[in-house]
Amino acid sequence: MTFLRLEGLTKRFDGTVAVDHLSLSLERGEMLALLGPSGSGKTTTLRLLAGFEVPDSGRVWVEGEDVTGVDPVARRFGMVFQHYALFPHLDLGENVAFGLESLGMRGDELERRVARALALVDLSGFERRRISQLSGGQQQRVALARALAPEPRVLLLDEPLSNLDPALRERTRREIRELIHRVGITTVLVTHEQEEAFDLGDRVAVLQGGRLEQVGSPEDLYAAPANEFVAEFVGRSSSIGVTVLGRSDRGVRVAVEGVEWDLTDITPPAGGDPPSGPALMLVRPEALRLLPPAAGALMGTVTVRRFTGSASLFTVITDGGASLEVTGPPRSVNAGERVGIMPSRRSGGGIHLFPRGPG
Amino acid sequence: MIGARGGRLAGGALLVLLLWLIVYPLVLVLIEGFRGPGGWTLDFVRLFFQHRNEAQALWGSLWISLVSVLLAGMIGIPLAFLFARYDFPGRRVLGWLIALPAVLPPLVGVIAFLFLYGESGFVSLLIQRLLQLDQPPWALQGAGAILLVHAYSMYVYFYLLTRAGLATLDASVLEAAASLGAGRWRTLYRVVLPLLYPALAGAALLTFLTSLASFSAPYIFGGGFRVMTTQIIATRLNGDNELAMIETVSLTLVALVALWLLRGSPVLDHNAGGRKGMAPARVLVRRRGARLALGVLGWGLAVLLLLPHLTLLLVSFVPLGTWTTEPLPPAYTWRNYLTLVEDPVRARPLLNSLWLATISTAAAVGIALLAGILSLRRGVPGRRAIEGLLAMPWAVPGTVFAIALATAFSVHAPWAGRLVLVGTLWILPLAYLVRNLPITSRAILAGFRSLDHSLDEAAATLGAGRWRTLRRVTLPLLRPAIVAGGSLAFVTAFGDFVTSIMLYTYDTRPISLEILSSLRQSDVGVAAAYGVVLMLVSAAVFALGADRGSGG
Repeated sequence: MTFLRLEGLTKRFDGTVAVDHLSLSLERGEMLALLGPSGSGKTTTLRLLAGFEVPDSGRVWVEGEDVTGVDPVARRFGMVFQHYALFPHLDLGENVAFGLESLGMRGDELERRVARALALVDLSGFERRRISQLSGGQQQRVALARALAPEPRVLLLDEPLSNLDPALRERTRREIRELIHRVGITTVLVTHEQEEAFDLGDRVAVLQGGRLEQVGSPEDLYAAPANEFVAEFVGRSSSIGVTVLGRSDRGVRVAVEGVEWDLTDITPPAGGDPPSGPALMLVRPEALRLLPPAAGALMGTVTVRRFTGSASLFTVITDGGASLEVTGPPRSVNAGERVGIMPSRRSGGGIHLFPRGPG
Repeated sequence: MIGARGGRLAGGALLVLLLWLIVYPLVLVLIEGFRGPGGWTLDFVRLFFQHRNEAQALWGSLWISLVSVLLAGMIGIPLAFLFARYDFPGRRVLGWLIALPAVLPPLVGVIAFLFLYGESGFVSLLIQRLLQLDQPPWALQGAGAILLVHAYSMYVYFYLLTRAGLATLDASVLEAAASLGAGRWRTLYRVVLPLLYPALAGAALLTFLTSLASFSAPYIFGGGFRVMTTQIIATRLNGDNELAMIETVSLTLVALVALWLLRGSPVLDHNAGGRKGMAPARVLVRRRGARLALGVLGWGLAVLLLLPHLTLLLVSFVPLGTWTTEPLPPAYTWRNYLTLVEDPVRARPLLNSLWLATISTAAAVGIALLAGILSLRRGVPGRRAIEGLLAMPWAVPGTVFAIALATAFSVHAPWAGRLVLVGTLWILPLAYLVRNLPITSRAILAGFRSLDHSLDEAAATLGAGRWRTLRRVTLPLLRPAIVAGGSLAFVTAFGDFVTSIMLYTYDTRPISLEILSSLRQSDVGVAAAYGVVLMLVSAAVFALGADRGSGG
């Protein structure tokens, strides 16, 4: 049962299209992450949802009610702003009470609800603190409590973690996820960090240039990217030009810099085999392996070795000039050594072919 | 290169200099007010409370100032909201025109009003003619006239400070209020106004202190209406020196109480809310009716604001004695301006004001820079005292300082730090300097504070010594602050009337006093020509300050 529906939302600013016919649906209690680089239209989408911008065309529905033209004041969508936008002249309790007072709440009821909202974010008893006395992480929790206190229909989060230092992000991410699931509120969040989107979103919508490129679970996006952009933007990958020769009995046969590989386990973009001809091959680092130079392997030179803990990430410049990233055992080869590259025996869906038109 | 000890010495010397120039004269006033022939006495205080006039004057000063704050706020705040929030045809030009009253030095503004709305002013004559009245429709006198001039010249404080405050509001704070269900009015009084409180309190204080110190308007228009500034001068001319001292003390006390009452503006920490975000975007007014109304309103306002300037310009071209009762002058001439250049007696005040303003500004900038280096860079002991002393003359009415300096420097007692400077060339530049210190040091100390300290450290790691760092890094970065503070100080000194009238000599008579004497001789053309010169120089220096100040 669809709870929140965006239907063909379009927004232009001075002639440039910020959001282009965007349609999405969310179930009740679902958490959707809008992921994209800057300028992809994700923030504009969030502002269209909040009602701060009015779409040029398209509609926003909540529980079958059209709220497209409803003023933000009356929309009852809670929002956590990127820099929190806490009222610096009000103390913590007054900040949280602000939205409840809009609903006409006064007296004991108000105090009870403020206390409950603060308990939710683990800030009980902090009512009379000034905003300036709080740490960044605490401010973020106050912003959440303030947005949630009036029990909005939808919660919007604008880059919720970007203002925190990296050490704090992972913990805060976990807290936010738990809190939102506990409250069970339908949530849309905007981020440009894939890790954040994957960790928080039940589903992730990848945007580029105002258009929706793909929406799906994090696993789907990683394993079956709909196009080059999604494959490159989501997860680590490198690319190299290949020629698809056709299907062999062991998989899809491609020619890459003069060697021929049979790729088992590849994921074609929209089902069926990729057409013969030139194509771009996107590979996850773990879908390739390094071996001593040998026949049938792609030849190259290791230029960079980065130790990542359990493994190392090697950057290899092939003899044809492409740059590929390959994972391997930490100390297997050194920078400057010649190596051969082959697909892993189990590439795990980490190789994608995208046909390329001539030229 | 000054070592730490040198720095302490220099800091001590600066502190002593400021104490001598600013505090000492005020203390002497206090002492004289409480000393009679037979030692310490409260006689003059008793005298002060016995005279009905005194209470009237103090009460007059107080309520005029309060109403001025109210009027200036009622005009300035809505205008600031209008210009900050809405876009409409002509907004930019109008936004510029709206600050125009700032380029009229107080006395010039007052005479422009006289030419406009006075007994034989344009507007008065026009209305008299239109309605065929036997007499001018009103008399530009008393409290009403003073308030009119105050409202005209002081709404700019509210306008500029409110706009600056609105510019630092973070749009997302307003959006947060909206998403929490707060409508326009609730957002205004629960979020916007509280956040503007520091700006509004600042504007109120500035307006209050300026009207409390206002001298030109009550002096010219007061008639029988008493305020303390003019009362002090009258008492002093009357020879009641000690009573004048008590009056001075009473006026200072009112100023200090105002300062103390408004000191409590909560120091907001903006880490939590604004600053990082963007100011709210302007709303383009699209409805035709609203656009038209705004256009008419805006341009009507612009005409009203510009009328004094235009009148001054027009009157400056009127030959002596040719214009009596016609609505527009019958003849025009360059004569008045030529007189200012050709007649050495009339050219003198122009030159006087120029050199007085120049050296007092240069000295004030120098002291402010020294204070900045010593107190903010070197952190010498007593830095709070230095900063406090520099800001102090801001709260003290000009009349008070004039009296204080006249008191301190009329006695030859070098061992007590007193010299006879009254009647010499040096008393006016000294007075201007004291009055200019808060203006320049405010700008320059703010400039120092905004400098990134790591730039100094970077210069040091690159082998630059203290002097080279100062010359190549600090001073160039401070240029906007120096230009801004300096130009404001120059304009204030150039048009000064209130301290000059107490302390000038024939050889140092400044423009303002020449305007006054031309008016007394009914030579309105020359008075207006001087006024135009003051206005143009002020405008040019402001423009320079805005231009160079932002370029650095």
